[in-house]
Amino acid sequence: MSDAEFEGIVESPWSGGASPFAINSKKLGMWLFIVSDSLTFSALLVSYAYVRLETPNWPRPFEIWPAIAKSSFMTFVLLSSSLTMVLGVNAAFQGDRKKTVRYLIATIICGIAFVLIHATEWVTLFGEGVTPWGNPWGVPLFGGTFFGLTGLHMLHVTIGVVYLAIIAWGFGKGKYTAEHVEVSGLYWHFVDLVWMFIFPMVYLLSVNPK
Amino acid sequence: MSSHAHTGHAVVIEPSGFIRKYIFSVDHKVIGIQYFLLALTAVCVGIVLSLLMRFHLVYPGAHLPFVSGGILTPEQYLALVTMHGTIMVFFVLTTAPQGGFGNYFLPIQIGAPDMAFPRLNMLSFWVTFLAFVAILAAFVVPGGAPISGWTGYTPLSGMGEVTGPGEGWGQTLWIISISLFCLASLLGALNFIATTIDLRAPGMTLFRMPLTVWGWFVTAILGLLAFGVLLAGGILLLLDRSAGTSFFLPAGLVVNDQLQPHSGGSPLLWQHLFWFFGHPEVYIAILPGMGVASHVLSTFARKPVFGYRAMAMAICAIGFLGFMVWGHHMFLSGMSPYSGFTFSVLTMSIGVPSAIKTFNWIGTLWGGKIQFKSPMLFALGFVSLFVSGGLSGLFLAQPAVDNMLHATYYVVAHFHLVMGVAAIFGIFAATYFWFPKMFSRMMSEPLAKLHFWFTFVGAYCIFMPMHFVGIAGGIRRYADSTGTTYAAVLQPLHMFMTYAAFITGAAQLIFLFNFFWSLKHGAIAGKNPWNATTLEWITDSPPPIDNFGGHYPSVYRGPYEFSVPGYQQDFIPQNLTPEQAAQLKLK
Repeated sequence: MSDAEFEGIVESPWSGGASPFAINSKKLGMWLFIVSDSLTFSALLVSYAYVRLETPNWPRPFEIWPAIAKSSFMTFVLLSSSLTMVLGVNAAFQGDRKKTVRYLIATIICGIAFVLIHATEWVTLFGEGVTPWGNPWGVPLFGGTFFGLTGLHMLHVTIGVVYLAIIAWGFGKGKYTAEHVEVSGLYWHFVDLVWMFIFPMVYLLSVNPK
Repeated sequence: MSSHAHTGHAVVIEPSGFIRKYIFSVDHKVIGIQYFLLALTAVCVGIVLSLLMRFHLVYPGAHLPFVSGGILTPEQYLALVTMHGTIMVFFVLTTAPQGGFGNYFLPIQIGAPDMAFPRLNMLSFWVTFLAFVAILAAFVVPGGAPISGWTGYTPLSGMGEVTGPGEGWGQTLWIISISLFCLASLLGALNFIATTIDLRAPGMTLFRMPLTVWGWFVTAILGLLAFGVLLAGGILLLLDRSAGTSFFLPAGLVVNDQLQPHSGGSPLLWQHLFWFFGHPEVYIAILPGMGVASHVLSTFARKPVFGYRAMAMAICAIGFLGFMVWGHHMFLSGMSPYSGFTFSVLTMSIGVPSAIKTFNWIGTLWGGKIQFKSPMLFALGFVSLFVSGGLSGLFLAQPAVDNMLHATYYVVAHFHLVMGVAAIFGIFAATYFWFPKMFSRMMSEPLAKLHFWFTFVGAYCIFMPMHFVGIAGGIRRYADSTGTTYAAVLQPLHMFMTYAAFITGAAQLIFLFNFFWSLKHGAIAGKNPWNATTLEWITDSPPPIDNFGGHYPSVYRGPYEFSVPGYQQDFIPQNLTPEQAAQLKLK
């Protein structure tokens, strides 16, 4: 059957056989995962807002120096990693394997830096007596929400670092295509985006007013 | 469309080893059967638990040989309630229609060789399997199974052993099991959506998809959006239990005369998170059944589905509205009357698409040449149960009425009819309908009819009196109400329901026998024993490894072209070209 005949039978452009947004299943799958994962994070952020609004005197312990400065720097590092990711995807589509791997490694280094700096932040808080079940400022849930939200995010960054490492290795070897790099980029940008909600809600809303 | 979509398919080679072929298979058909068998195991466990409950309600003092101490304690009764609900809702009603039949038939009905992500599909099944093992393990750990209900309400579920036996290890396993199940289900849902969007055969437009596919597709969207939220709730509950946080635990709780160390949390937060998942979950259980009922009614009435587009849109509307009504499970939580009113109106508005579906089912039957085969009987049973169970939902949607009925058996009767038994009838209809395709043999028709009448009459005998028990004030979750004068007068009704439950339970053995006997001894089915139109019936029974033996179909017409005037046969398969169809015209 010729294409022209076929056109006559298909009544809608979204008619099967080809993907509706001209994207392949892998990318669609990642988008769907992002939808689902963003609901998980939304549920956690809504829970945080819920308990915080219910609690008078929610602690606001973060000083501009060092806590906010440090977390702002972390934010900067993570945002930079999105830039290197974009450049990496771009290089991948241009077929420049070496450049792609270099940008991916830069992204991975930023991701690791983010996790490490964040870990020192956790250690500092532990040192001040902040645990999931208590802290010096009353309202034990402060620690629970802080560690819960940032912990799940950190887990996502860590998974992302491993994921990118696999993609970088495979792309360097010629096992993966530029599409693979792009799909991993979607995940990475999503993890950054989640941080752009956590950073203001957890840190900036808890700046010490003094 | 410039290129033929299926020319790029690699040749699929059937794996030869037993383990690759039947255990860690990536074939959606094998995975579908695995899900089905898991659900079959789960439903047997669930039925036994419910029979124990029914027995205990009428003979609370009876000595049972397998219970330590002889007599079932109230806590053990609550453990039965919890495990029955959890196993039935998650591992039967969610697993069988979606994981089982959806997995097996969605790719075939849209003309695809497999799911979009076969390995992810295998992962989903095995994580579900782990979840099932975890929930069963709750029976044998110290303290036994949890007692906080399938809803896992906090603070009971958040504090550990202090709140009762089963709240230690058992409850932790429950949360782990449910979280794993969420993970598996959202990965599965992602796979279903990507498959439906990307892998449809040429010509298979959205409005040429069988209504079964619409059911699975919308169910998958619900699953994708709902399970992520319960996963978040599960994480927080686990933190409350093991990391000492207090998300769901308020200050000043005194349990067993001990002041609990928690403070600042809100039990209502858990209810919001749970029911934001929990309400879509009831549609996750019923929407595939609606799809199957439409499909089967049309096939055995030899008529197109009445108002096909309206049916598809009604499924979408139910899915959409299903996300905005979770508050109707919480009318008793002290919510503002304004919120209560909003949730009430939204809840009743679901009656509109539900009524569209019901009237269209009746419209499909109207004037049809109805064949009362076993799938048809169960599909008719589905419609009947959906209507009788759904109508009581309109009563419960009123906050004022719900205040009186919420803690009674009325609610138990309502959701068992509409979500439990109706969905099970959808599963039975699907089993009798597709068994010939899956296993190449027919199930015994007389046994199937016997099974239908026992189950249909039995289900009504169990759950109709239960409404009256509820209206009369019979409180649900009480292990023993014989001690009170007002509830003791309801005992004869309880006795009747228990007898009905045991007879109905025993009747399921007919099904089990029929199922396993027919695997070996049923009549050979052939490709298309029901003279049906959709793509699964144009391929072999069982379908080859790539579903169509390399000859991928193109689709030229809608899914329900039955009894088209002027043709020699009363069904026109979806893949028949206009030229082929012209040859079937009466001369």
